[in-house]
Amino acid sequence: MQDMTPINTAEASERRAIKISAKEVTVHYGAKQALFGVDLDIEENQVTSLIGPSGCGKSTFLRCLNRMNDTIDICSVGGQIRLGDINIYDPKVDVVELRARVGMVFQKPNPFPKSIFENIAYGPRIHGLCRDKSDMEEVVVSSLQKAGLFDEVKDRLDEPGTGLSGGQQQRLCIARAIAVSPEVILMDEPCSALDPIATAKVEELIDELRENYTIVIVTHSMQQAARVSQRTAFFHLGNIVEEGPTEQIFTMPKDQRTQDYITGRFG
Amino acid sequence: MSPLWLLAVIFIVALTGAILGRSRAIGAVDGEVSTLHSRPGYYGSYVFIWTAIPAALFMAALLIAQPFFNRSVVHDHLFGAYESGCQRSLSFGKSNAAILKAGDENAPQICRDWIEFRDLETRQDLVQGVVRNVADGLALLNKDELTKLRAGLVAIRPMMAQKGIALAEDVSAPIVSAAYRLNDARSRANFLLYGGLGILLLAGFLGSYLRIRPALRARNLVEANIRIALIIASSIAVLTTVGIVLSMLFEALNFFDHVPLVDFFFGTVWDPRFQSVGRQVSSEGGQFGLLPLLWGTMFISLVALLVAVPIGLFAAIYMAEYATRPIRAVAKPMLEILAGIPTIVYGFFALVTVGPFLRDAGASIGLSISANSVLTAGFVMGIMLIPFISSLSDDIISAVPQSLRDGSLGLGATKSETIKQVILPAALPGIVASILLAASRAIGETMIVVMAAGIAANLTANPFEAVTTVTVKIVSQLTGDLEFNSPQTLVAFALGITLFFITLGLNVFALHIVRKYREQYD
Repeated sequence: MQDMTPINTAEASERRAIKISAKEVTVHYGAKQALFGVDLDIEENQVTSLIGPSGCGKSTFLRCLNRMNDTIDICSVGGQIRLGDINIYDPKVDVVELRARVGMVFQKPNPFPKSIFENIAYGPRIHGLCRDKSDMEEVVVSSLQKAGLFDEVKDRLDEPGTGLSGGQQQRLCIARAIAVSPEVILMDEPCSALDPIATAKVEELIDELRENYTIVIVTHSMQQAARVSQRTAFFHLGNIVEEGPTEQIFTMPKDQRTQDYITGRFG
Repeated sequence: MSPLWLLAVIFIVALTGAILGRSRAIGAVDGEVSTLHSRPGYYGSYVFIWTAIPAALFMAALLIAQPFFNRSVVHDHLFGAYESGCQRSLSFGKSNAAILKAGDENAPQICRDWIEFRDLETRQDLVQGVVRNVADGLALLNKDELTKLRAGLVAIRPMMAQKGIALAEDVSAPIVSAAYRLNDARSRANFLLYGGLGILLLAGFLGSYLRIRPALRARNLVEANIRIALIIASSIAVLTTVGIVLSMLFEALNFFDHVPLVDFFFGTVWDPRFQSVGRQVSSEGGQFGLLPLLWGTMFISLVALLVAVPIGLFAAIYMAEYATRPIRAVAKPMLEILAGIPTIVYGFFALVTVGPFLRDAGASIGLSISANSVLTAGFVMGIMLIPFISSLSDDIISAVPQSLRDGSLGLGATKSETIKQVILPAALPGIVASILLAASRAIGETMIVVMAAGIAANLTANPFEAVTTVTVKIVSQLTGDLEFNSPQTLVAFALGITLFFITLGLNVFALHIVRKYREQYD
């Protein structure tokens, strides 16, 4: 694994607090290795986008950050990932608690077969975040508002979440993640199943959420990475080839492979 | 020639036609197959269909119609022959013959035959059978023997016996003449059959063969016939169901001639009182109250479901969500073996193991549980139902999209919270359907109940007592030497159709639930 090109000191001093710090992360699916020692620091209250060709390991890395890979039997993770001051792969860490702190939004909108209200209330309910009914209503309303969905659904909170349009469903899923007040939100290609208008709305939302949350987003769209993220990491064949401020990655990439990828020569 | 041989001939002719048609199609374009509208095989199939299908349909129609036609020929002839024979023997007017009553011992034999034939349908059936037998026998005789018979030189009965046709009694002249008529009708029908088949085969073959041109859309024409064939196949299943229901319905209606609807559906006493030898056949026999049987059925099914639903559902959840692949690979087939055990085996498991065990266990804690009880039958039936619920539910739970699990786990829910709050609600319609299907099996189950719950039709809410079910009573009403027109046996059909409608209702309800909620979740 080559060492990361050190970011110059002037930029480094501008960097914010580090929220998540990954060191030498390796992932095996059975005998097949998917990540080969990935180092990445994720800054607080910033949007970090992970780009790269299909199968490069960016989604795998994202799923390491809240241990969603635990649900896959044959997957084993090595290295260290620190969230604040805990190593999330420490056996003492409670996965349930971790996932409450690091929420996730998936590629395909996956609302539960419940009402819109119950979809949002699900997380707070299982974590016991609300004392009573009015408390819960408050959380649901504010989550929907933060996700920019409230005005569209306020009259039909009792209707099933699956009845919404694709874009609304995805924002519902974001609202659902927000409702448990996580510190980090992971998004795995959140717009790939959406049309351009819905995509624009979700991107706008991501930009607003940055204020309160740290966001890591996997995307196949270079334009999307450029639009929504402040920092970008380029994955290739299970390694990070280059990482840095989005503007720099897209205007002056240091590595030839990055250059080739963002100009569409491969991937 | 038997119909099977005729079918074989039709098939061979059509196959030859198909081969000819295919080569004609290829020949028409000098081997440039790609310029044909359809692949060459379709031209062959086209000829095959047009040669075989009309001929086969004609044959089927003729074979179905022939017995009815023959019957009426024989009937008309016999009627006339008996009547004129009777008049001749009485040698007084036709009007006198017409007023003879059945059972008039003084009338000559031929007149008694005629009156019986005129008035009794059963007698007509019998005579028709005899005529068919004689006709079959006559067809076996050679010319020589026939002349001897005609001349009255030999008796018909020994001659028939010689040919392997046993007649119960000596046959009268009208029957013999009717048999000749029948043979005439048969040979006419055969002539029609062979002639018609020949014409149809030839016409079908030539009509289709000569139409073959490169531009002929053989593929589309064949395609249309495939559709018809599929429709026929599915309508056979439907028509069979209709037939079963109708046959049960008519017998049940017969039953309701003897017993009023209200007494059957709302009666609380089941006491059919079998007629024994010597007792007068009468309408006073028995009470046919459905309620004790229905209650027994429902009670046992309820106990069975109380056993099967939790166990089956938990097993399904374990299989779908927790079991590792190797465990699942072993455990799932083993669970499904349960479904392969014949219910009679469950029955004696209940009889020799569960029943005595429950009785003894009950006795040791001061409960009096009879060896044949609702509990025994329900428990064993519940075991039987486990694989139905677990296997179906397993499939349904596994079909819940992984994205829903991820979504819930990603919010920090534990596995069991995810299952309880997301997966089971999503799978609920399917699970309910599997439970209802299991219920309809429980209701239709017979052998376990016969052996484990007994045959006493009690109306009791005590699960430690013996009850019986609708199916058991159907069996016991139809076992043994019975008269088929007494309410004691006909009640079986009324029970059967009641059961049919109950399970039908359950199945329709299950399908309705599945359909209503399915789209919502995927």
